[in-house]
Amino acid sequence: MTTIAITVNGETMRAEVEPRLSLADFLREQCRLTGTHLGCEHGVCGACTVLVNDRTVRSCITLAVAVDGAAVRTVEGYDGDPLMALIRRCFNECHALQCGYCTPGMLAVAYDVVRRLPQADRARIKAELGGNLCRCTGYLGAVNAIARAAEIWSAGSERVGAFLAARDRR
Amino acid sequence: MKPAKFDYLRPRDLAEAVRALAAGGEDARLLAGGQSLGPMLNLRVVAPSLLVDLSRLAELGEISERGDSAVLGAGVTHAQIEDGALSNATVGLAQRVASGIAYRPVRNRGTVGGSLAHADPCGDWAPVMMALGAELDIRGAHGTRRLAASQLIAAPLMTTLARDEAIVSIQVPMLGGKARWGHVKFCRKPGDFAESLAVVVIDAARDAARVVLASRTGVPAHLFATEQCLRSRGKAGGDAWSAIAAAIEQDVEEHALRGHWSGYDRSLHRATLTRAVKEALI
Repeated sequence: MTTIAITVNGETMRAEVEPRLSLADFLREQCRLTGTHLGCEHGVCGACTVLVNDRTVRSCITLAVAVDGAAVRTVEGYDGDPLMALIRRCFNECHALQCGYCTPGMLAVAYDVVRRLPQADRARIKAELGGNLCRCTGYLGAVNAIARAAEIWSAGSERVGAFLAARDRR
Repeated sequence: MKPAKFDYLRPRDLAEAVRALAAGGEDARLLAGGQSLGPMLNLRVVAPSLLVDLSRLAELGEISERGDSAVLGAGVTHAQIEDGALSNATVGLAQRVASGIAYRPVRNRGTVGGSLAHADPCGDWAPVMMALGAELDIRGAHGTRRLAASQLIAAPLMTTLARDEAIVSIQVPMLGGKARWGHVKFCRKPGDFAESLAVVVIDAARDAARVVLASRTGVPAHLFATEQCLRSRGKAGGDAWSAIAAAIEQDVEEHALRGHWSGYDRSLHRATLTRAVKEALI
């Protein structure tokens, strides 16, 4: 057993873990944050994608001991984050999810794409989403949602605020 | 929790890492980004007794240019290269390669040294480093040595590294300003492993022309007839495509016999090679 301390959504989580414990299982079973979903458990489906030190990472093929000391952000960790509020609203409006199983991973990738590649065209968004499998939507909604979020985000905080406020009034 | 049990060590430095590897016996393994080893652990295709985690070692993170070589630490991630780490030295080739490896979340952890040491026959870096004429700095429990990238892979998933050795860095000769390259990776899905991968590097300033093909059978190999043809063409200044096409055909025939290629394999590899050579020439 190894003692690790990982900052999860701003809170330091200390635990004694076996070295073979994945970050995904650490989040779900030790932290009880079950928003991170496990699909394939060998790095193909992307459902378990979370942010580690602000970069997207597959939590199913990353050992918890290997990210000891890191800051992890899961789908539960975006309260009050204007970009994630925007992305969620766009996912909602563009029908970017049906069953929702792949959504936590999709949101993490969308968050990364909008910040890193705000000018990405649809072809680039599709390529960036290539590592996230969805069995329901046919991907069109997810691509539309990210393209829309990127466009609104690039237009500046006033536009984001206006967009979200208009939706909240409805 | 899917892998079989193993012990885990996060060494303070590389010296401790190779000592632990030597002491750990046959089933001790190095862990870099874990993006290939992770799935293999989860599927229990491998069951190491000890994992020595290199992912935090600052010694493996070097990115610099020294004289006519760029030095790339083995622990540099694909994402760092995608974001430009080796772009200048390779006139953009490394950036193209990195951005086609799996997906950004995998590239954020996967490392160039890990990819080389894993020796997947369709891994992206081995053929590219061979075509660049790169050399690897290797450290073992008993000293250091330098190895040509072309001498690394012995068989699929098997390298010529000793059990106690680790790749420390990769020395990549800087391409001249007029150097040309071609890189064609065929796979059916973005980010997948290549079914066929052809890399061509022509650097007239160094009198070098290298052509490397990777496929799902065998190991990445230099295609000598095509290399020879491109080198002599550089001297003569001619550009007779028929001679190049004949050289490609000669290489394809030779490797088809050696690798028991099907008709489909033949046309696939011929196509990726031809496109890569054309990309480098045009």
